[in-house]
Amino acid sequence: MNHLLRSHAPISDAVWSLLDEEARERLTPALAARKLVDFSGPLGWEHSATNLGRTSPLASGPCEGVAGLQRRVLPLVEVRADFELSRSELRDADRGADDVDLEALDKAAHQIAVAENVAVFHGWHGAMTGIGEASPHEPTPLGDATDAYPRHVAGAVDRLLSSGVTGPYGLALGREQYRRVVETAEHGGYPLLDHLRKIVEGPIVWAPGLEGAVVLSLRGGDFVFECGQDLSIGYASHNSEVVQLYLEESFSFHVATPEAAVALKA
Amino acid sequence: MGFDQYHEPPGELSPATRTFARLCASLTEEAEAIGWYEQRISVETNPEALAVMRDAQGEEFKHFSMDLEFLLSRTPPWREVAQGILFQSGDIVEHGEEAEEETFEGGGSGPAGGYEGGSLGIGTLKGVWR
Repeated sequence: MNHLLRSHAPISDAVWSLLDEEARERLTPALAARKLVDFSGPLGWEHSATNLGRTSPLASGPCEGVAGLQRRVLPLVEVRADFELSRSELRDADRGADDVDLEALDKAAHQIAVAENVAVFHGWHGAMTGIGEASPHEPTPLGDATDAYPRHVAGAVDRLLSSGVTGPYGLALGREQYRRVVETAEHGGYPLLDHLRKIVEGPIVWAPGLEGAVVLSLRGGDFVFECGQDLSIGYASHNSEVVQLYLEESFSFHVATPEAAVALKA
Repeated sequence: MGFDQYHEPPGELSPATRTFARLCASLTEEAEAIGWYEQRISVETNPEALAVMRDAQGEEFKHFSMDLEFLLSRTPPWREVAQGILFQSGDIVEHGEEAEEETFEGGGSGPAGGYEGGSLGIGTLKGVWR
């Protein structure tokens, strides 16, 4: 047993499988950052920091005649979304109910996916720098008018090419921007989604938590998501009515090539 | 060879699964090549030819290892089992049994979950477009 303490939970093997599958189904569509950046790991719960290959000077050495440097690392963060399920509902799941109320799990899954997206695309003050804030390119306002989206996205691709950043590229769209894109057909009925996909030559990803949009290179080596413990469900406590669980992961995010992305403001 | 690395219709497979299958096929080919070179080296008497073949076999070691690392990085339970077996001193079979038990405690769907330490096993989604 590890720190997730799953075997202490009053939950049968079959229901654990149900909860894990439900979480995977809810997380996968929303984990936008993982669809666009490099993923390293999982390296385990014990993994605490990402090597940056950098050092900081130390004021003095440990003794005369010896100089010293201190390694700089990027510490991993832990994120956790708590949720509570009815034990009565879980007992019904064991009886074969196919409409078990797992809304709290669904909500926690969405929240932790949003947290991951926000950290990667916008950054997390004091913990990691996001793609948008690292980019040296001036963010372009995307605006509300979808007929201007192809121009803005093509402009972003042009800026990447001008910086020597090759494709293919991906486009992450915030919830509102994604909705506008999928509901829009251009003159002649051509779906805007298909037009944008042709411009970036890569995926267009629904990214809840992102405000605006980001165009970035998918060539690899530019953005690294380092995973310690991958997303997991753990057990916290229970009483006669409910069981307290949580979704948890540990990760760091590092931008190796800031110029390989262009943010488009909402 | 056509598309015979796929066991299911390629159109029904996700891009990530197709890539996984390609690397599995590549891993097999590299292992075969290592075995072939081992046999050739064992019977060759020309020192220069031996040096060439040893160098070529070294390339296959590298290719096999790169293929394996790619596959392990995308398959958390496989990675965890491998970590319990590879580069360990002692009884290989014993390590294998222990690694399997630790990874799939409870038969793969129990409290520890079917993946590494209860992980949901999501990993990278690069290549998943929706």
